[in-house]
Amino acid sequence: MATQRTHIMVCGGTGCVSSNSLEMVDSLKTKLIEKGYQDEITVIKTGCFGFCGQGPIIKIHPDNVFYVKVGMDDIDEIIDEHIIKGRTVSRLLYKEPETHRTLPKHDDMSFYKKQYRIALRNCGLINPEDINEYIAFGGYEALGMALTEYTPEKVIEIVKESGLRGRGGGGFSTGLKWEYTRKPPSDQKYVICNADEGDPGAFMDRSILEGDPHSIIEAMTIAGYAIGASEGIVYIRAEYPLAIKRLEVALDQAREFGLLGKNIFESGFSFDIHIKLGAGAFVCGEETALIHSVEGSRGEPTKKPPFPSVEGYHKKPTSVNNVETFANIPPILTKGAEWFHSIGTEKSKGTKVFALAGKINNVGLVEVPMGTTLREIIYDIGGGIIDGKAFKAVQTGGPSGGVITTADLDTPIDYESLKAIGSMMGSGGMIVMDEDDCMVNIAKFYLDFTQDESCGKCTPCRLGTKRMFEILERITEGKGTMEDIERLRSLGHAIKDSALCGLGQTAPNPVLSTLDYFYDEYIAHIVDKKCPAGACKALAKYKINPVKCIGCSACARVCPVNCIAGKPKEKYVIDEDQCISCGACFTACRFDAVIKP
Amino acid sequence: MPIKSLDELRKIREDQVKKVKLRESGESGDTTIEVLVGMATCGIAAGSREVLNKLVDLIGEKSLDNVKVIQVGCMGYCHSEPTVQINTPGKEPIIYGNVKGNVVDDIIEKHILNNEILDDHVLIKTFNSAL
Repeated sequence: MATQRTHIMVCGGTGCVSSNSLEMVDSLKTKLIEKGYQDEITVIKTGCFGFCGQGPIIKIHPDNVFYVKVGMDDIDEIIDEHIIKGRTVSRLLYKEPETHRTLPKHDDMSFYKKQYRIALRNCGLINPEDINEYIAFGGYEALGMALTEYTPEKVIEIVKESGLRGRGGGGFSTGLKWEYTRKPPSDQKYVICNADEGDPGAFMDRSILEGDPHSIIEAMTIAGYAIGASEGIVYIRAEYPLAIKRLEVALDQAREFGLLGKNIFESGFSFDIHIKLGAGAFVCGEETALIHSVEGSRGEPTKKPPFPSVEGYHKKPTSVNNVETFANIPPILTKGAEWFHSIGTEKSKGTKVFALAGKINNVGLVEVPMGTTLREIIYDIGGGIIDGKAFKAVQTGGPSGGVITTADLDTPIDYESLKAIGSMMGSGGMIVMDEDDCMVNIAKFYLDFTQDESCGKCTPCRLGTKRMFEILERITEGKGTMEDIERLRSLGHAIKDSALCGLGQTAPNPVLSTLDYFYDEYIAHIVDKKCPAGACKALAKYKINPVKCIGCSACARVCPVNCIAGKPKEKYVIDEDQCISCGACFTACRFDAVIKP
Repeated sequence: MPIKSLDELRKIREDQVKKVKLRESGESGDTTIEVLVGMATCGIAAGSREVLNKLVDLIGEKSLDNVKVIQVGCMGYCHSEPTVQINTPGKEPIIYGNVKGNVVDDIIEKHILNNEILDDHVLIKTFNSAL
């Protein structure tokens, strides 16, 4: 094979794949063959680059040029201009929304500048389906070192010293968890990788498995060595077909290379991993429920203690760790605990991956050192709010977390600081809300999710979340009373105190936190029967601004209930009693004359 | 074939690193020598594609980790294609013209490895990098 001079990296993460990136890979390859360049140029399908809002992404090495929002129609131009003639296709370069500067190199973009990638280190850099590329970038070195140079106790010591804490949301020390699992004597122990990622809006685990599956295999094997397990299980939701496929490919390659199986690195240690598909129930992210699901029983939690580290899968000691946690393990071993410990805040070490979603310009996956402020994440990396609207709040921790408002934008993020302001780290989903979002409605959305996902085993969660949801529904329809607020509060605290597992114990958080920070919005719904953001359909009443109305009759013609009266070229008026608040008139008006409530 | 030791793993890595080397950007930073090859229509017609590939091959053969070959558009010296510009950190960029046959070997052997400038082929010494 001739030496390659250019690598065309095409994002093969789920986001870009849904915008035809795989077809682009084929088209690029065909085109290269047509032009006779197939020996000099390679097309590589990689994992997620993280900049999903700008996808599909194509990056060209060694020129280090980063093309965004590439379409099938652009492929010819990329080959003809960039690949053959060396001319960058300017129109496909990223334009920074604030400065309108065109940036060819990704390291210049503010989206990437403040990021520090440990868990996502290989995503977008390697071909996830080629173990050789993982090895080329230092892969399996950590496993080799662990098995041949360290004792299991030493491995645990290093992970403990690094300060790594569970990235699934719990924030428990990973080293300690391994130590507790190593301690109890048992003929068999297990390592389980929790890839059940259930938070709406979070997709870092999926992206890591899609973009760098070998890092998880390597880390699980290290964990197996550390705790004394010979079997690993990846519990992954069946809704992640691409991640499952890449993981399967990676598992086969690792076995072929002798990095899984018997007597790995001739150390006498044997380990293998299999995949268990989950049905995508939120509660199965809770470790006891997850273990029951792996065993083939209903995914229902049981009370702790006994902790899985003592009595887990098949009643044997089991360590359940999250995907992102595992992804941090190999670099910790190769670069040392000291290195990892030097990143982050006093109690939260290393980095955290956040999935930015909602009303933010740069939707995507970002990894930042612990202690980065929310303002940096939302404004510097995230590029601010869409259409320059006003920031209202950000929900972290998904349905288990709470809202963070403008007042706390400068809080350095870590496990403790988020807890202190009434939210939590969770798995790292960040949903950004702007002035058009109604906080009561948001709370209702999350409660709808949790009451739906509640497994039904314990009463506080099964009935409590349902009742809370009903109360919220009442309020958003303008039928709430002031007593409802008290009911929400007392129910919320009761559920938190008495629910069996984390799902129930955290389910009231979105309500309690919005009650704290956006009490006036609840009052507006209950007392004034108004939704200040105009999001609650039942409370929204549209009006026509007589100054702007030119009498074109567009609104009256689209009104499905005929409640807009007037004559052409005169002012039109909405009968608010009959208005069903569908918003059709607002959309139809070309003169900004319809006022959204 | 199973990997039996760390040394075997490291050997595989050494072999593989060459294939992915060109994806490393920025990290080696200040010491990277950039070799720019003019690949506009006139350049290609004069054989710059062969020059580019030969450069890449030679650099691979000699395991020159700090040299990066980048294709660029027209450099404006259509009369002397193929053109190659060498950007060595801290030194004046040099553009060579009429880079054909063993001139490519000379660029690597003499200029890059021994800091000898190929006087016969220098088109211009300039501070303006083509990138």
